[in-house]
Amino acid sequence: MIGESMYQELILEHYKHPQGRGLREPYDAEVHHVNPTCGDEITLRVKVGDGGKVLDVSYDGQGCSISQAAASVLHELATGSTVEETLSVVDEFTRLMQGRGQVEADEEVLGDAVAFAGVAKFPARVKCALLSWMAYKDAVVRSAR
Amino acid sequence: MTQISFDVEKIRKDFPVFSRELPDGRPLVYLDSGNSSQKPTQVIETMRDHFALHYSNVGRAMHVLGAESTDAYEGARDRVAAFVGAPSRDEVIFTKNASEALNLIAYAFGNPINTDPRFTLGPGDEIVISEMEHHSNIVPWQLLAQRTGATLKWFGVTDEGRLDYDPSVITERTKIVSIAHQSNVLGTVNPVAEVARRAHEVGALIMLDASQSVPHHPVNVAELGADFVAFTGHKMVGPSGIGVLWGKAELLDAMPPFLGGGEMIEAVWMDHSTYAPVPHKFEAGTPPIVEAIGLGAAVDYLTEVGMEAIEAHERTLTAYALDALREVPTLRFIGPDSLEQRGGTVSFALEGIHPHDVGQILDDQFGVAVRVGHHCARPLHLRFGIPATTRASFYLYNTTGEIDALVRGLHHVQKVFA
Repeated sequence: MIGESMYQELILEHYKHPQGRGLREPYDAEVHHVNPTCGDEITLRVKVGDGGKVLDVSYDGQGCSISQAAASVLHELATGSTVEETLSVVDEFTRLMQGRGQVEADEEVLGDAVAFAGVAKFPARVKCALLSWMAYKDAVVRSAR
Repeated sequence: MTQISFDVEKIRKDFPVFSRELPDGRPLVYLDSGNSSQKPTQVIETMRDHFALHYSNVGRAMHVLGAESTDAYEGARDRVAAFVGAPSRDEVIFTKNASEALNLIAYAFGNPINTDPRFTLGPGDEIVISEMEHHSNIVPWQLLAQRTGATLKWFGVTDEGRLDYDPSVITERTKIVSIAHQSNVLGTVNPVAEVARRAHEVGALIMLDASQSVPHHPVNVAELGADFVAFTGHKMVGPSGIGVLWGKAELLDAMPPFLGGGEMIEAVWMDHSTYAPVPHKFEAGTPPIVEAIGLGAAVDYLTEVGMEAIEAHERTLTAYALDALREVPTLRFIGPDSLEQRGGTVSFALEGIHPHDVGQILDDQFGVAVRVGHHCARPLHLRFGIPATTRASFYLYNTTGEIDALVRGLHHVQKVFA
């Protein structure tokens, strides 16, 4: 059924065992984003090194399984990659989420984040999935200042 | 003891929505009436009939349709007045919802054109609300405090989800007290008569947000002891877009208009105006005509079923739900877990599972519609240290079988997140 496709095993795994959770030092920028409609929130820090290499994405927050698992997947994808590479993943993820279930996900680009494809069919939950990713984009912009 | 007969299957046939299925053949289990109720054929047909055959503007058109529309609109006022025991029909003001009714009263205070001392408000004066209020009974008073420099105070809430009533919160400086008759999250019914006595003792006025009580219990505004009562049509099998403010005539007469416009005037010159008597003084512009008429039909419907019978049915459902939910592992009630002084709204939290996930799975897999989130009562959730709850709210058309479906769904939710 529909619900089963949204709660992919990978999402549930990340929710139960979040990767990289907790705020860490050092960091270049910290942002706090909230979803006023459901009260989900996230505080996220990024540390960027030489050559735009993302050294750490640390975060803490509260919310539903979708928002928390998305932050965990983001941590895995971004850490060790470069800012430029991750921003293109963020763009692809945003395109997928805002596609109302009509957009074909590019698994090459998205990796594990492709598990969220089912969420796109639920407009009310799209913001849950995007919360940490938008926070990350914001933090990266601020870290460059 | 007299047995009140209540044929819920017969009632369900009055509500067309229960004849539909959800996608994938799921049955609809609607446990979200505290949010908004479903509508019976009697209301739908009355509105359709009025739109089709009798529609015109009210109170000003000098023709047959104008007369028919005006009769139907004012007839709805008579019905609503009788339904809540208003001493006079002129004390019933149609608004667009309960929020507008609450704002209307908030704007009567500290208004420079209102010189009645009961409504003057400034620094040092106090407004009293409670921590369990819906945002619509918080924000208008925050805005009033900001406009006037008055102090906003509130009663707390106990761990059990009761009003932590401390009479000393209301002082000689208190001008207005505004609390819920029944909490939209906790289900708690507040001791409003006691609070009203205390408010009047110090010369303050008292308003009740009765949005969650009028649809579910026999309510008599004269007996409540309040000065103003707000409620809304869409939670009582009527349409959205229509709400009600009841107020004591003498107070309404003392208040300035809220919105200016057509129909609320007596005479207009270029530099000033005089105003129509109540209720029309507070009904500027073309009102929600057919919505008011629909509310009249809703009141007829509820009266025919009988408010005592509805109250008793919901009590049975609530008792059943409390017992059944208590068996769900890690479930924690947010609100009283006994039937004493509570209505048919049951909120709860499941350990480690966010309400949005609970609601999504209940809906997608069981067709169970509940509300998840803070239910427009964020301060109350902060008080309990949680961001959100899952809320099941019952009405006359719900069955114990639907509560069984909810409980089955919750067990499944726990399996998914185990």
